[in-house]
Amino acid sequence: MQTLSPRNVYWQGLRDALPFMLVTGPFGLVFGVVAAEAGLGLSQVMAFSMTVIAGAAQLTALQLMREGAPLVIVIVTALAVNTRMAMYSASLLPHLGAAPIWQRALIAWLMVDQAYASSILRYERAPVLTTAQKVAYYFGIVTPVLSAWVGGSLAGAVLGEAIPPQIPIAAAVPIAFMALIGPMLRTLAQATAALVSILGALVFSGLPYNLGLLVAALAAMASGALVEVWMERRRRA
Amino acid sequence: MIPEPGTVWLVIALMAVGTFLLRFSFLGLIGARPLPGWLLRLLRYTPMAVIPGLMAPQIFLPPTGASGPNWLLIAAIAVTLAVGIATRHVVLALLVGAGTLTALMLAVAYWV
Repeated sequence: MQTLSPRNVYWQGLRDALPFMLVTGPFGLVFGVVAAEAGLGLSQVMAFSMTVIAGAAQLTALQLMREGAPLVIVIVTALAVNTRMAMYSASLLPHLGAAPIWQRALIAWLMVDQAYASSILRYERAPVLTTAQKVAYYFGIVTPVLSAWVGGSLAGAVLGEAIPPQIPIAAAVPIAFMALIGPMLRTLAQATAALVSILGALVFSGLPYNLGLLVAALAAMASGALVEVWMERRRRA
Repeated sequence: MIPEPGTVWLVIALMAVGTFLLRFSFLGLIGARPLPGWLLRLLRYTPMAVIPGLMAPQIFLPPTGASGPNWLLIAAIAVTLAVGIATRHVVLALLVGAGTLTALMLAVAYWV
């Protein structure tokens, strides 16, 4: 059997990830437009998208800043959206843990949902790749995914200033978020968490310092986990 | 409300560091030590716990100066969710949802 060089595997990853440009490109565009509308400068939009690289968390931070929430609340709530990255990190460790530290740091910086999902699928499939090949595949995946994200953000930031104020760009944010949520609503536990989150946020919207959302999120996480445990018990019984 | 530039830069910097630490956690810092099961179980629900609640007031509460909720937005959100659940396709849901809202707003502007 012909052994694949890391270069071949890199191109394989790049080809596999091309369809994801249709996801990260438009999302970058939405973030760029919304951020420009909120008053962020071009350099701020680009710094945000290139250093944080997390659409949902960036939109969350933007929304809370617009509402005038205190700094701590903005950071804690927006980072809460990103805690799933720690789970991806744990899940990739058996595959990439042997790579040099600088490569692991680069992998961490560029970690997004699509990169995690595609690489883990490939890593768990035959033929088994070496660590160097796995790293190459990962960088192949992130190349188109993040080019589209950064390009979309740039286009959005530039376009955002040109869009007349009559067009309700603000409405794009809830629609973009709900488009992300829909495909994740697969289990009763996920649906319960979403429902508790909505009800909690509305009920606690009067709490000071935008604390209502954090309270609602904690309640939603707990109810999602409880429903999961309950469903598991029922299945076993 | 437009945030102060200094505040925005601070938020960007803190989020960049915080997000990197979350992503680097196991790969670079913690290593192979496993997290307790109950914590992993809770973490699974964070996106679903934060995002709907973040958007709920904007979707369901009346906009400033309006007497009732924005029913056109609520209808567009319902369509977005339905398409997302049925097709599991994020961009398709986004496009159909945005298209629905635009069509509804044009229809209302024309007929009402």
